[in-house]
Amino acid sequence: MVLENLKHRPVRTLLSVLAIGVEVTMILTLVGVSQGTLHETARRAKGVGADIIVRPPGSSILSLSSAPMQEKFLDFFEKDPRVAVASGATVNSLGGFDTMTGLDLARFTRMSGGFRYLAGGPFAGPDDILVDEYYARQKKLNVGDRIELMNHNWRVAGIVESGKLGRIFCQLPVLQELTGNTGKLSQIYLKLRDESQAAAMVEELRQRMPGYQIYTMEEFTSLLNVSNVGMLREFIYVVIGVAVVVGFIVVFLAMYTAVLERTREIGILKALGASPGFVLAILVRETLVLAALGSVVGVGLSFGTRWVLRAAAPSTLVQEIVPEWWGYAALIAVAGALLGAIYPGWKAARQDAIEALSYE
Amino acid sequence: MSKPVIVEARNLRKTYHVGEVDVHALRGVDLRVEAGEFVAVVGPSGSGKSTLFHILGGLTPPTSGTALLDGQDLSKLTEAQRTELRKRKVGFVFQRYNLLPTLTAADNIEIARYIARRDGEPDPKFQEALQMLGIAHRLRHKPRAMSGGEQQRVAIARGIVNNPAVLLADEPTGNLDSENSEIVLKLLQGLNERLGQTILMITHNPEAAAYAHRIVRMRDGRVIEG
Repeated sequence: MVLENLKHRPVRTLLSVLAIGVEVTMILTLVGVSQGTLHETARRAKGVGADIIVRPPGSSILSLSSAPMQEKFLDFFEKDPRVAVASGATVNSLGGFDTMTGLDLARFTRMSGGFRYLAGGPFAGPDDILVDEYYARQKKLNVGDRIELMNHNWRVAGIVESGKLGRIFCQLPVLQELTGNTGKLSQIYLKLRDESQAAAMVEELRQRMPGYQIYTMEEFTSLLNVSNVGMLREFIYVVIGVAVVVGFIVVFLAMYTAVLERTREIGILKALGASPGFVLAILVRETLVLAALGSVVGVGLSFGTRWVLRAAAPSTLVQEIVPEWWGYAALIAVAGALLGAIYPGWKAARQDAIEALSYE
Repeated sequence: MSKPVIVEARNLRKTYHVGEVDVHALRGVDLRVEAGEFVAVVGPSGSGKSTLFHILGGLTPPTSGTALLDGQDLSKLTEAQRTELRKRKVGFVFQRYNLLPTLTAADNIEIARYIARRDGEPDPKFQEALQMLGIAHRLRHKPRAMSGGEQQRVAIARGIVNNPAVLLADEPTGNLDSENSEIVLKLLQGLNERLGQTILMITHNPEAAAYAHRIVRMRDGRVIEG
């Protein structure tokens, strides 16, 4: 009977399922993008090849745009016999999720093994930039193309394989000059001769440089999760709240109109001896079917949003598919839907049989 | 030896409150229907026959008086108890058939059994009734694919599937042409005569009432004859 009722109004059922699906996708996409972006950041940080990362006091896990550390710290670190290479970078926000990373290519190459060039080559002049493959694809850039960033006209010198540090790179002194941070760095990477000494050295540096955020690379990448990024968790909760409200409204409207439309049928059921609980159970089961179908559609749509993001903004937003959230998203959809079914269900359950039977 | 009484109303009254006005729909109805009887209640609009139908069907309680259905006093039952009673002791046939449009004819019958929590096959008496009703070949169809006469026959099947103490029929031919009316009335008569089904039929049509064993006439909320 539940399925027949849903099939009886296919457009309404389809729209309800779709709306619940969008609700589920909202959650899965947001969580997927959050996790994808954080994991991508961690992957690129690991790609540097460093064992220790030093960040300025007060910086957040994702924000790298300030440059308050002196460049001469590099010499200080390199004097330590345990350090094989010290390399620094200055990072400046380009708005949105994009950043420009200024680096000393020679030091960076010694540390990471260097970029793998898919086209072009290293910096040849001060206006040269390197971009990774995703940024090049998103902005449709080829070697030799010019691009305006930070009110500066740049030439694309090379396109590099993704996975190291950032997506857009220029020479360190150029970016320092452009941002008024001459001689300063946003973060410093240390590669040790013996990586097993990383933890001990981090402890030692923390004692000597209080306030600075100093982590082993393993520690740093493990910090890149939703809980440690300021406001991200709260933002996810807000979106979940909005999703529940959307589910509530959709199901409320669908079930309310269904109850009105089926007033006479409810009267028939009651005449046959159906209890209020029986009538309520029918609507609850219909709601659960809608929520279940909507959840499946929502999971499917999350693959669609990933495809869209990959096509439209491959370098900016990285969405992961998050199967571990499918159950939560479905539960949230069910909760919103059941909330929406409460009033219509109550209205149906307490319907007077005689009045319902005479309903035109 | 007299037959057991299935329906008995004594000084049955029902008053509806419409705004600030009291409408006395039943003003002291006395009625007895014995097991196996086919009784027609006739009367003009406003005579109270529909209210009597609703009270005897357990759809609404009387304001005062006694209404016994198969030994149970409807005036003393709670709403939940009346709901329970409707599952097993009453079968309804309505003027507008009142089949569930989303279900097939078979499922419309089956849902009455499901609500009454009847498992297994319907009893042989119902199988015989189904043969009489002549709808076996239409059971997989939904109401919209059936004629009015067929729908009413399905409604009759649904009304008797739980072997009720009484089948209450409210203007069962009101929406049918004369040919289908005759078929439905003969079926009701057949169910009564061959299977012993007690039937209380409400109608304003004297020709329909003529199929019953006994005619009870109502006017202004009272039984005036029968």
